[in-house]
Amino acid sequence: MSAAARLLAALLADPGRVAQVRTEQWPMLLTIARAERLAGTLALRLDGLKLPASVQAALDAARTEAQHNRTTALWESEMARRALGDLGLPVILLKGTAYAAAGLTAGQGRQIGDLDILVPRDRLDTVEAALLKAGWEWVKPDAYDDLYYRRWMHELPPLIHTERDRMIDVHHTILPLTARPKPDAAALIAAAVPLRDGLFALSPTDMVIHAAAHLIADGELDGGMRNLWDIDRLVREFGVNDSHFFTILEVMAQRHGLSAATTRALRLAHALYATPLAAPFRARLSQTDRLFLARILARDCWGRGMNKPFRLGFYIRAHLIRMPLPLLLRHLWIKWRRMG
Amino acid sequence: MRQHCTLKIGPRIFRIGSDWAAPVRQLRALYADYPMPDDLIAHFTVRLEAARWWRHFLRPSVHINGDHMLPGALPLPLAQGLLAAEMGMNLQLALGERHFLLLHAASAERNGKVLILTGESGSGKSTLAALLGEHGWRLLGDEFVLIDPTTGHAWPFPRPVSLKNASIAVLDAIVPPARFGPLLTGTPKGDIRHLVPNAAALSGMDSPAAPALILFPRFGVPRDVRTMGISEVFIRLTQASTNYVALGEAGFGALTRLVTATPARAIDYPDTMTGLALVEELWSALA
Repeated sequence: MSAAARLLAALLADPGRVAQVRTEQWPMLLTIARAERLAGTLALRLDGLKLPASVQAALDAARTEAQHNRTTALWESEMARRALGDLGLPVILLKGTAYAAAGLTAGQGRQIGDLDILVPRDRLDTVEAALLKAGWEWVKPDAYDDLYYRRWMHELPPLIHTERDRMIDVHHTILPLTARPKPDAAALIAAAVPLRDGLFALSPTDMVIHAAAHLIADGELDGGMRNLWDIDRLVREFGVNDSHFFTILEVMAQRHGLSAATTRALRLAHALYATPLAAPFRARLSQTDRLFLARILARDCWGRGMNKPFRLGFYIRAHLIRMPLPLLLRHLWIKWRRMG
Repeated sequence: MRQHCTLKIGPRIFRIGSDWAAPVRQLRALYADYPMPDDLIAHFTVRLEAARWWRHFLRPSVHINGDHMLPGALPLPLAQGLLAAEMGMNLQLALGERHFLLLHAASAERNGKVLILTGESGSGKSTLAALLGEHGWRLLGDEFVLIDPTTGHAWPFPRPVSLKNASIAVLDAIVPPARFGPLLTGTPKGDIRHLVPNAAALSGMDSPAAPALILFPRFGVPRDVRTMGISEVFIRLTQASTNYVALGEAGFGALTRLVTATPARAIDYPDTMTGLALVEELWSALA
């Protein structure tokens, strides 16, 4: 675990600590913030505070980058709206684009990558055809990969726009079909809330559950600091003044089969950012939680991933939880044969 | 990382870490005369890393990483570690800079006005700028010129000039050997030798100035001068910029201001001395 990564988390949670940051700690803070894609977030958190000139310049750059990123992401969602808006189906924005479009604090300064959307599974063909017609094309024109995505994954194979060179991931649920938890995609769609322009976002509690699922039940915990930051902001924005928030969160997490992932993500967010939690979610960190936290903070002061064997363990875990072992072996076998 | 140093070049500070001692030792020697950064807080971090641990020792090759990375960049042999460090710094600035509009260009200042030389690799802009720097001009840099969107001024970025192949001998004839780095042979661009800018360039690295002339040189063709419309200048400079798109409206504003306020010429020249004379001639015509 890295002291520098912890310092970044502490600074995000409590910008007032900026006065205690020593000069020689700044370069590593900036590097880790960039590596964890939290530089824009840090810039906005430290806005208006007294900073050394070089730090201010670096954070101004991060803020400009985040602003540009936001404009591009929202334009891309508008492009998707134009392509899909008249199909008579809900188009639900996910993750960063949704936070930005909904004007949430989780979206402030956040770096946003591909456009992720969720649509009803029985309308995938319609959506796919409309996107292809509007200028998106397949990134991986490969029969096995294509089949793999369509049979086992929670999304279509990635599409990229011919002219704008931006990717769109079309999801029909929030976890691979091969993972053990089976989120109720119909319930996610039914609870979605409309945004101004006719697109939708997940309900606040589903946003938290999706972020938790993505972090704990899907990947290898890369980008975990940012993911937990998203969760922290969502909980603070929706949970603090709404006595029902945590009750609904508990019920919905259970319904989606993601209680364990959600409760763990909330414990980790609390450990890292002092996220305020209601009673059912408040608990001491388990030994396993501590391992997760160590993995999330395994980045050294040069921005490098630390402790390769430890990371490898989480990498293997990520694959094992994504699909049953026989299927994983078959997949690896096919991939390995094609490499030769 | 075990070996590291911090360097200030113009308005930007770099922290360079390396898995090997040699590149950092060479950097320290090359940058010995550069002013020390005031606060040592680097804007950008560069990492020179071995791809696998055994590659520290066996056929050591240097991967250029850092805050901002290009996927699929090829590693360099350790003997070219200094070049790797320079490329790493260029890459951080090219991909990460969000205040200054970056132009891939050489530049020099005289009487408080800046000449910008921009063109493809091989157009001779580094050689011309290095020569100007030895003939009464203040060299601002041979790789990037940094346009400040708030003032329109050009900031120096006086890295050691990266002389290539035949141009090494041209400068060797007039500059003392102490200002040269080691000769790097067999690099992807042939032979490279770094030339440390003179004292005037280094002590002036925090002094920007207003652009007065933009030239688009082309080397090895008969002498010619061509005027250019501002639209052509604009488009060619967007191609010469690594962060024009990323700066958004600020980039558009800075570039529009630059091309409307600054005359530009395309110049063709058969050899370096003709080129130098042509530059001086066009510069005098401005006054």
